[in-house]
Amino acid sequence: MSMPELSYREAVRDALSQAMRQDEDVFIMGEDIAEMGGSMGVTQGMLDEFGPERVRNTPISEMAIVGSGIGAAMQGMRPVVEVMYEDFLTISMEQIVNQAAKHRYMSGGQLKVPLTIRTQGGAGWSPGAQHAQQVEAWFVGVPGLKVVFASTPGDVRGLLWSAIYDDNPVVFFEHRTLYGLKEEVAEEIEPIPIGQARVHRQGEDVTVVATGRLVHESLAAAEEAEQQGVSVEVVDPRTLQPLDEEAIVASVKKTNRCVVAHEAVTRMGFGAEVAAVVQHQAFDWLDAPVERVGAKFTPLPFAPVMEEYVIPHAKDVLAAIQKTVQRDGAS
Amino acid sequence: MAKVEQRRGVSDETLREFFREMLLIRRFEEKVEERFRAGELPGFLHVAIGQEAVAVGVCRALADGDVIASTHRAHGHTLAKGTHPNELMAELYGKVEGCSHGYGGSMHLYDVERGNLGANAVVGGGLPAIVGAALAFKFRGEPRVAVAFFGDGATNIGTFHESLNLAQLWQVPAVFVCEDNHWAESTPESQHSPIRDLTKRAEAFGMKSMKVDGQDVEEVNKVAARALKHARDGKGPIFLLCETERLVGHYIGDPQVYRDKDELHRLEETADPLELLREKLGLSDTEYETLDREVQELVDASVEFAKNGTDPNPEDALKNVYA
Repeated sequence: MSMPELSYREAVRDALSQAMRQDEDVFIMGEDIAEMGGSMGVTQGMLDEFGPERVRNTPISEMAIVGSGIGAAMQGMRPVVEVMYEDFLTISMEQIVNQAAKHRYMSGGQLKVPLTIRTQGGAGWSPGAQHAQQVEAWFVGVPGLKVVFASTPGDVRGLLWSAIYDDNPVVFFEHRTLYGLKEEVAEEIEPIPIGQARVHRQGEDVTVVATGRLVHESLAAAEEAEQQGVSVEVVDPRTLQPLDEEAIVASVKKTNRCVVAHEAVTRMGFGAEVAAVVQHQAFDWLDAPVERVGAKFTPLPFAPVMEEYVIPHAKDVLAAIQKTVQRDGAS
Repeated sequence: MAKVEQRRGVSDETLREFFREMLLIRRFEEKVEERFRAGELPGFLHVAIGQEAVAVGVCRALADGDVIASTHRAHGHTLAKGTHPNELMAELYGKVEGCSHGYGGSMHLYDVERGNLGANAVVGGGLPAIVGAALAFKFRGEPRVAVAFFGDGATNIGTFHESLNLAQLWQVPAVFVCEDNHWAESTPESQHSPIRDLTKRAEAFGMKSMKVDGQDVEEVNKVAARALKHARDGKGPIFLLCETERLVGHYIGDPQVYRDKDELHRLEETADPLELLREKLGLSDTEYETLDREVQELVDASVEFAKNGTDPNPEDALKNVYA
């Protein structure tokens, strides 16, 4: 059986396209997704295949883009709306937080909102402070929303499929720098359950819980750590809400040390929640405080040397790993 | 009898039904005020006294399958859309038998089976979803219309502009009903809008608008029917401006320090939609009293129903977060 190679970008497109081929209720809308194929090229070719009714360019109206998605979803369709940069989720926050997340609850269970909101972000190319934020943590704290952040082509495809067919509103984060990442994937889409973490690399000494780009930075750091005699386990939660606490805690109980790593600012980042869960459920297993790796507490600067300084890299994950093992006096 | 022949469109009998429905809303809202002041109703409440004709006139023009989204001032729309007073009152009392099963309250009344997609505590919050519902109807080729209620205050918020723009652009079967009662809480229209004629806002998006005296339920019903037909026939959305009056404060207990009391009295005397219809119909005192007794019984029964209702288990709070 041949294993096609798909990029992360193609994997997203594949999930969208296959869903749309088999299901008339699925349609996509967002800014510049039609002829242009999306600002990140994700939806290229889809207009030709599905036509302008189901691949809809929208005006620059994030409230209405998300809100009309909510309305169509409430009528039983499965819209996948795109917010071009996750920074612009801020514009549609009211509709996401006050409306999509709450209709089911406030109605006492009468309504479902099977809406998927796809978005992306990622620093490293000097986009400036308003085009590269990582805001996933904000949504994890909103009851009623599910939050997904996949880091590989196979994962993003399988999870997007599950998000589309989940009957709840899902905020689906993609990472800009991963769009070109290629991987062999199965011929058929393998849906990945929402709420299931993935162990990328087994290890004995330290658990690194990482998301998005930092999964790959952490794998690189783990290689380096291996050379230094430290065995690192890398866990990607993949779904931030609901969180696979069991998998994460099981890993930490095995290794006794934990590092959390994400590109978002450390303060109040998703890692803070993971750290709280870990210290609470694996307190007696921890041999060191949980280390947090994230961006420094600044808006994202423009000048490349400053941007490089602010965002986290493999070396920062490695430093955090080393800190957790230094407590033993082990080198 | 001569009056019937003079009028066209809506029959005398139908108008009597409208009157009864409006009177039901009025007595319901008065009861809500009374029960709130007695300390029986949690939270805070906004009653629709003075705006009954818009609710009844529009909702009675809807067809099966049409949907509405309402505002924080939702009791009138909810009753007019067919929710039984028992279920509405039970919701205000926070009971399981309430239309939102105790999860929503006054500003989050839902009755999805009857096409009520929810009241909304966020000004303008329900408009985008109405655009989406209409889009779904269009996708599926269903002859259904989605109707949003909102006030003059809401015409200043972003969701209003984005929703009208998108609805008109995509020509979806929606009707945007603006209940212009000339107040955004305590802010008079002259202080929140630089223009007086709010239909110009629809014009800005190329959307057709209709304007009606919102205190005349017959006119509201006729014009709403035209608006709905326009949308249903695939000719595009309509902005329906209903000039109405809020004869009460923003919320129950609002002393309305910001309002000219003489002006309010004048409105109570000249602009009460119930009195206007009562006169138009030439209802005798006996007829009126009979109708009043009927609706009052319904309202009193709804309070009994609610009070005898079931409190949710506290742990029920953990349900319905996710489907």
